[in-house]
Amino acid sequence: MKVIVNVFLKEGVLDPQGKAAHHALHSLGFEGVNEVRIGKQIVLDIDASDKAEAEAKVKEMAETLLANTVIEDYTIEIA
Amino acid sequence: MKVAVLRFPGTNCEFDTQYAFEKLGHETELIWHEETTLPEGIELVVVPGGFSYGDYLRSGSIARFAPVMKAVKAFAENGGKVLGICNGFQILTEAGMLPGALKRNNNLHFISKHQTLCVVNNDNAFLNKCEKGEVLNIPIAHADGNYYIDEESLAQMEANGQILLRYSDAEGNRTVVNGSVTSIAGVCNETKNVFGLMPHPERAMEVILGSEDGIRMLQGFEA
Repeated sequence: MKVIVNVFLKEGVLDPQGKAAHHALHSLGFEGVNEVRIGKQIVLDIDASDKAEAEAKVKEMAETLLANTVIEDYTIEIA
Repeated sequence: MKVAVLRFPGTNCEFDTQYAFEKLGHETELIWHEETTLPEGIELVVVPGGFSYGDYLRSGSIARFAPVMKAVKAFAENGGKVLGICNGFQILTEAGMLPGALKRNNNLHFISKHQTLCVVNNDNAFLNKCEKGEVLNIPIAHADGNYYIDEESLAQMEANGQILLRYSDAEGNRTVVNGSVTSIAGVCNETKNVFGLMPHPERAMEVILGSEDGIRMLQGFEA
């Protein structure tokens, strides 16, 4: 089963890479960009009999390794 | 004193760290990350700098699961002293042995230079040979040194004397170097036996190389 984990810095934690990209977009003349946040997308292919099992497994992986919950939030999408 | 210096794939400051402690007259031993125990009689474990596991995913995020880290955690829980320098600091925060986390530097650059630091607290097993408010000149070399901690935890750490060092100018006034919360360069845990800092005291052991301020820092562990 394909599972996608998106990891982003928490709201309120300054994202230096997002800031730099935002600044660059502005310099290039793209207007109306209010915020840019840069995160990571982790695509997993895992063995699971149903979506609930897949989600539970990946949640544990995210909490243990894939995200640092001191500074990051994550979302899990089951494809 | 017997000092254990950990070594992960990608560690690159282990020999400088050995040199520094041996210069101070201590016995050192390199410990490979696959070891599951620490040698008898170790009084200090140093997690040195480098790029363990290529900094993949997040700096220190993979090294924290190395077999040796279980032994280091048990050592610290029994009151053993642990020092993390640079990547070692990142590993100890990822392992939950130190509060907070280290993000990418605000300017996104790898910053490598001599930097002045102000000693914030010396009432601990690390900085007791330094004066409170003293300014030290120590090299920094990192891309992910931007220390983050939430406000509530920061207030607790301040009240408990867990902030060790802040980036400063030569007069001791805080300066912004990498975007760290309140310019923090080094912290310790609540029980003050686990220490972490981004600057490299082991690279400040010789006047001819720019500074020997690292000597007094590392000598603190002798007390």
